[in-house]
Order: sequence, then C-alpha cells, then structure tokens
Amino acid sequence: MSGEDFAAYDDPSDGEDLRENRSHVFERLPETSADRTVGGRPSREAVVDFWADRFGVPRETFDGYTFWEKGSGKLWAYAGDAPDGIDVEALGMVFLRVRQDHWKPTTDAVQRFAGRATENVVHLDDEQARRFVAGEDQELEWDGDWGYLVVSHDVAGAAEPIGVGLYLHGELRSQVPKGRRRDID
Amino acid sequence: MVLERYDPLVDDVDAFRAACERPLPSVVRVNTVKTTVDRAMAALDADGHGYDRLDWLPELLRLDSDSPGTSWPYFHGWLYGQEEVSALPALVCDPQPGERVLDPCAAPGSKTTQLAAMMDDTGTLVANDNNLGRLSALRSNAERCGVTNLVVTNQDARNLSLKPFTADESDEQPPFDRALVDVPCSCEGTVRKNPDALDDWSVGHLEQIAGVQRDILRRAVQTTREGGTVVYSTCTFAPEENEAVLDHVLREEPVELVEFDVPLETRPGVTEWNGEAYAPSVERAKRVWPHLNDTGGFFCAKLEVTA
Repeated sequence: MSGEDFAAYDDPSDGEDLRENRSHVFERLPETSADRTVGGRPSREAVVDFWADRFGVPRETFDGYTFWEKGSGKLWAYAGDAPDGIDVEALGMVFLRVRQDHWKPTTDAVQRFAGRATENVVHLDDEQARRFVAGEDQELEWDGDWGYLVVSHDVAGAAEPIGVGLYLHGELRSQVPKGRRRDID
Repeated sequence: MVLERYDPLVDDVDAFRAACERPLPSVVRVNTVKTTVDRAMAALDADGHGYDRLDWLPELLRLDSDSPGTSWPYFHGWLYGQEEVSALPALVCDPQPGERVLDPCAAPGSKTTQLAAMMDDTGTLVANDNNLGRLSALRSNAERCGVTNLVVTNQDARNLSLKPFTADESDEQPPFDRALVDVPCSCEGTVRKNPDALDDWSVGHLEQIAGVQRDILRRAVQTTREGGTVVYSTCTFAPEENEAVLDHVLREEPVELVEFDVPLETRPGVTEWNGEAYAPSVERAKRVWPHLNDTGGFFCAKLEVTA
C-alpha cells in the first residue's frame, strides 16, 4: 500500500484509527505524518520534501499552497480558500501522483513549479525537445538517477521545464499526456 | 438576413456589413501567470512567428500565422488563443489579488485564465459551467496556464449553490467580491470567426436564451457582496439579450449600472427597441460594433450591488 517513495519521504507506520480515502471529494493533506487520519495519504511535509530532495525545488515554492487528495492518489495544489471535504470538479491543479511506488509529478506542475529545479533535471537540445513533446521515447546518455526526471530545454534564451520523462535503461520515455502532445512548427 | 434588423442601431450600415464579412485575425493573450510579455515575444521571435502588439491591452498579440497551438510558447502555457474583443470584460471586471471572484459560465476558459492572471493567481476564483465536456476543456486550459487559485464547479448557473464552499460545522456562505457573467448567447457578434453563427437564428431562440441570461445574472448579483462588482457581457447585438436583460434585473435585484471607461471605441446601450423602452441607465452599457475597432461584436455592462 505505502510504496517506495512513501517510505522514503514519509513515516509509513500505520496508526491506530486510520480510515479509508473518500475519493469523490477533496480532502486536505495532513501537515505531518503525526496528523494523518487517512491510510496511505502522505503528509504535506513529505510532499514538499519530495520536491526539494529529488528535484532541488526550493521549499518556499509551495508557501501559500494547500495540498489535497481527490481520486486515489491524485494530489492537487491550490492557492485559494476551501473547506475540507469540498465536493467540486477541480481545486487548483493536479500536481503529483502518489499511492504508487514512485511519485510522479504532472507535466503542468513541472512547468509551473520546477523552474528552479536543480537535481534530476535532464536538459534537451531543440531537436530532442521536439521529439519529447511529440511523445516519442529516445535514447539518451544520462549519468544520474533513473526514474521520473524533470525535462527542460532553452526557450527565449533561458532554460525552462517542459515536462516529465521516465529514464530507464538508456532511454528517456516521454510522459507528456496524449492530449498535450504537439508537433512543434 | 438577420443583421438587417440592427440597421436602425448602427451609425454606418455599410461599414458594419463589410466588417461582418471579413475574417478575424488570429490573436493570442500572453499568460502572465507563467511568463512576461517580453519573454513570450522573444520566444515567438526565436521561432520566426511574426506578430503585432495591440495597443489597448499589452498582453494581446495579433499573429501573422493562424497556428499558435504548435509553437513553443503555446506548449509552455505562455499563450492563450482569444478573440481580441473578448479580453474586454475581464478588464472591466478588474479583479484584484486576494479577492473572491465568480465566473459562472466559464468554459472553455479564456476569460477565466485572464481573471486568474489579473489576480496574480491568488485569492479564490470559482469557475462554473453546466456542461461537463466543456468543463474538461476548461480544466486542461487552466492547468496548461498553470492556474492554481481556481475552483471548478459543475452547476446550473441559474441557481448556483454556495453550499460546497460552506464548512460542515458552519452555515456561512462567503459572497463574492466580483463576478464576470459572460452568458451563453446567440453569438451574432462572432459571425466573423464563425460564418455559420446565424444559421439557426430565430426570435424564439432569442427569447428563450434571454430568459436563461436573466436568471444567471440575477443569481450572480445575489451571490455578490454589497458594493461588489458584476460585469455582464455577451457576444451578440440583440437588445433582447443585452439591454432588455439588464432592464429586467435592475427591477428585480438591488443593483445599479455604473459608468466605466474602456480603451476601445464603443457606443452606448440602446434605450428603445421594437417598441420597448428600457431603463435610461442602460445607456451606461457599451456596445462594440465590429467596424468600430475591426473586432468581433460585443456587449458589456458594469453593475454595482447596492444591498
């Protein structure tokens, strides 16, 4: 149930009275593992640690945001006010998939929050970046960690995150969602 | 033809008709949630896309090509394809950072994402639409634009409930500071973008849709705080959907029309149509005829809630 990243960034020891996730409403993440009331739900602290430790995203990037779960393991980052348990279609943006071995940031979250990422960022040239946003997998030299990486390229003279790649066995697999893929002119 | 019925309201019928025949240029708005206008222009320059910056709203760029969707700045969520004149009502609504703002007919999200950018992506922006398919387009557009202050709801805007925003142990229903009520309409003013826009036109349809518009505007007024701002807009010329809707809501709700300035050439709202007389203050609304600024047609009114 807990998964590798949950164990790495949170305290997965089950408390006494944990209840099940109510997947049809938005429930707010506990501040720390000690505040947990729902089984398998990571704490806000663990999620910020994940972005900071894995990608070097400064912790203050998430100041002013609350984190919520709706669906199973779909986490949302939200800047406004809402009561816990709110039953609406969307609250801020989907930014991380948990309740799986390796936590996976979304394309739009990486574009929004990973501009200052320093770790596990693979920087592509223009040709490679075009193949990536078209949804193609490509062979790539990479000395760093395997798993989900932030993918960036240069646009208007500076590096910008484009999305998420899965690096395995010498290959960068594009994780750009089908509806978001483009053949850039 | 349908547009002839507006000849008595137009100052230059030939120019009006000629403008309605011309296609509209492709315009994008720079999404300042994710970038600056300078960086977006630099990205277009680097890709060899030509454009002109529009002088009345610095975030608007008129493109030489008509395929902004396959450029790098679009993929990064830096650009949003939006008809020039439809950027007007958010400007009139003028939402401020930290406020609570309602967009009751939000999909597919050009005005919603513009409101979010004007709020610096802070405060609470409630975007509602009754159509789930269109809501899914709104959600993906908002996420591509990196908008995080957004709550998306799927309700009938005519009886929008604030109950979702009320905590379990409370009965407080927090009102909105502002609302941008860009209602579904007969879309006559989009004839330049969509030449089929008038194919299904009928007086019966106007009357039916005006009833919906009245109810949506009334509900938006009811959910906005005293002193708050409600902007009403359509992309149609029909007084039945514009001044007549305002006239009705002025009589039913504690609200008044206020004067406002816009950086486009406009004409005042009309106070008489087809033998009906409307409240004199509907003159404070603004009509944008296509030939005045070479845009689509538009109607916009600014209201203040008085109780």
